[in-house]
Amino acid sequence: MLSRVANSMYWMNRYIERAENYARFMDVNFNLSLESPPDTQEQWKPLVVITGDWPLYQSLYNTVDKNKIIYFLGFDPKNPNSIYSSISMARENARAIRPEITREVWEQINSMYFYVRASLGKKLWKSKDPRMFFKKIKEDCQLLYGIFDATISRSDGWHFGKIGQMIERADKTSRVMDVKYHILLSTPQDVGGSLDLMQWAALLKSVSAYDMYRKKYGRLTALKISEFLILDKRFPRSILCCLIQAEQSLKEITGNTAGFSNEAEKKLGKLKSELEFIDINEIVEIGLHEYLDGYQKQLNAVSTSLYNSFFVAQVQLQVQQ
Amino acid sequence: MSKVNFSNYDTTGYYDEMFSASNNIRPSYERFKLRLEKMSKKKLRNLQHATDRAQLSLGMTFNVYSDNQGVERILHLDIIPRIISGEDWEGLAKGLEQRIEALNLFINDIYNEQKVLKDNIIPKELVLSSAGYLKECRGLNPPRNVWSHISGTDLIRGDDGKFYVLEDNLRCPSGVSYMLENREILKRTFPELFEKLHVRPVNDYTHHLRDMLESLTPVSPASIAVLTPGIYNSAYFEHAYLAQQMGAELVEGRDLLVRDNYVYMITTNGLQRVDVIYRRVDDDFIDPLVFNKDSLLGTPGLFEAYRKGNVVLVNAPGAGVADDKAIYAYIPRLIKYYLDEEVLLPNIKTYLCAEEEDCKYVLENLHTLVVKQTDGSGGYGMLIGPKSTKEECKEFAGRIKKNPRNYIAQPMINLSRVPTLTEDTIEGRHVDLRPYCLYGKDIKIVPGALTRVALTKGSLVVNSSQGGGSKDTWVLDSKSN
Repeated sequence: MLSRVANSMYWMNRYIERAENYARFMDVNFNLSLESPPDTQEQWKPLVVITGDWPLYQSLYNTVDKNKIIYFLGFDPKNPNSIYSSISMARENARAIRPEITREVWEQINSMYFYVRASLGKKLWKSKDPRMFFKKIKEDCQLLYGIFDATISRSDGWHFGKIGQMIERADKTSRVMDVKYHILLSTPQDVGGSLDLMQWAALLKSVSAYDMYRKKYGRLTALKISEFLILDKRFPRSILCCLIQAEQSLKEITGNTAGFSNEAEKKLGKLKSELEFIDINEIVEIGLHEYLDGYQKQLNAVSTSLYNSFFVAQVQLQVQQ
Repeated sequence: MSKVNFSNYDTTGYYDEMFSASNNIRPSYERFKLRLEKMSKKKLRNLQHATDRAQLSLGMTFNVYSDNQGVERILHLDIIPRIISGEDWEGLAKGLEQRIEALNLFINDIYNEQKVLKDNIIPKELVLSSAGYLKECRGLNPPRNVWSHISGTDLIRGDDGKFYVLEDNLRCPSGVSYMLENREILKRTFPELFEKLHVRPVNDYTHHLRDMLESLTPVSPASIAVLTPGIYNSAYFEHAYLAQQMGAELVEGRDLLVRDNYVYMITTNGLQRVDVIYRRVDDDFIDPLVFNKDSLLGTPGLFEAYRKGNVVLVNAPGAGVADDKAIYAYIPRLIKYYLDEEVLLPNIKTYLCAEEEDCKYVLENLHTLVVKQTDGSGGYGMLIGPKSTKEECKEFAGRIKKNPRNYIAQPMINLSRVPTLTEDTIEGRHVDLRPYCLYGKDIKIVPGALTRVALTKGSLVVNSSQGGGSKDTWVLDSKSN
């Protein structure tokens, strides 16, 4: 498929996954804030830190308050990663590859775009309870995943889309863990120590993992939660599970079964194997934060090598026979 | 609930497509009128709203100013259809076939033997000074000697009820996606009428388009691409739509690469040959090595690959020489010359400012004439004398004197009207008609067209860039009316 199209397919899916994650983070945090003591405005700041856009926030706004943060993450056109911007960008990408996707996929993305645009116009972040917005975004994104899977052939385009989605998901799961870790614990040694149950439950809910975790482990403990979110082989939002799915799609594209045939395959394969063959105690020894930090750097390198291996023109000059 | 009724509908002064001058319903609209009169006004309005929503949801939008994401508009679709009787259509289709055949013979002649110039049928300077004439195309013979494979001729119906050709669009006519999507939407609006009226289908257009494109190359299976300037182009929706419906690749100039005079697409597994390009990028922008050097929309080397016959470009570069508005005036003579036939679809009387006598007449009668730029389109660069101020006429006279070759003038024609939904009632609005011809192995015209409607009361300008909208066009079976 056209390199430009593959790139757009990848990004369209990344942006949608990003929008869904943001909506979930905010929904959970909003719920949490309802039950928290009145002086905990502070709990909104970590949400911005997760996204990596804290410096941008500080350059745009002087104060940290709930409404501003909801605006910044949900609606702000000046924030390139806000839900509004992500869905607009997903639609731009979808428009550019309109012939590659089905009418159903297009109409769903398009209707989501009109919804976020209308919500921006209605200033929904000012409403007493913006959760209806987050809920609608989550449902719309999930509906889109379903339509995407139910109407698009498993050709390269679908696989590039899947890789985008899985890399974004793996990124967001690790970020949400890392930041909670920052707030809850000050040193690596404290992992497994005393913790605020409500906060950990919220963390699980932020990545829709609460029900599945409860089913598997019952008791909430920091160690088990970390293990579940990083290393579980069956939970679809765990980091390892995302990397396994991304690798499967990449292998479908290259047709390669063992080893690697390009830089992207090499980097992704290595990262996945590393997670496959590590256990949670080893991670705790390294330090959860330190470990996740190193992992995120490697995930970014995977993303860059995908770009270099498939999406840039200069390297694709072999004539196909 | 008040029902829709036409008792106050005013037909004075113009040919109306639905009612005769004596206010009798025309046979082609009989059933439609009966259906509407059973409907409440509120229901009709709701159907119109549903249509607007359907268009947004399909993404049938265009950007008004390039690069500005904010300004995205839909082309308003009025739900009252323009209905054409089977008999009228037969006449139109024959006339269009004749015209397209002759125009293609003319273009091929101009770029090769130039017999028509040697026989003094049309002034040499007029042809060679046309902005659409490309000297780089001299001596080229595109496959089947067809230059304008896809054309959209603008027709109007005058006061006398006859169809006239207003202008030929032989380069990259747009709007066919609206013909197709308007139909899909109206089928949901008036499902029962389609069954009863025997409206002829148009949805095989994209199959014919693909067949035509494939017929231009011996390669099989052919690799076909639609070349678009990109998502900010006002017709992007159409480019994407056609590529998708045909199962062709939608490419931008930067997706293509020319190597050893062959054209390739840059894909995730390397370079892949392209055999036929339906290009929706103007001649000037297709190749910065040959034409506009600053063009970022095209692909360097594309024209040379085309000259060598290694890729087919549709429509062929240079085809625009025949839709110059000054050359238009000679088309009846060209039809006689190439086909030895009388013209079936008449032209509108046209004054060429390039000719001294005509120019004098035009300058003296500006207030009664419509003046157009010979290479203009989209309703820009024109003067509607009867609706313009003295200053505007004076300013235009200056432009004509400066460059007479650039202007033609025509008497003001009263375009026919079709009932159209307005804010609170139904009123006649002026329309034109753009059917689409495909020319590969033979000429194919699907029974349908884009009807453009001037939404502003009294306005005669139907262009989408100037406040025009569209209507679905129903061509009836010859037997059913």
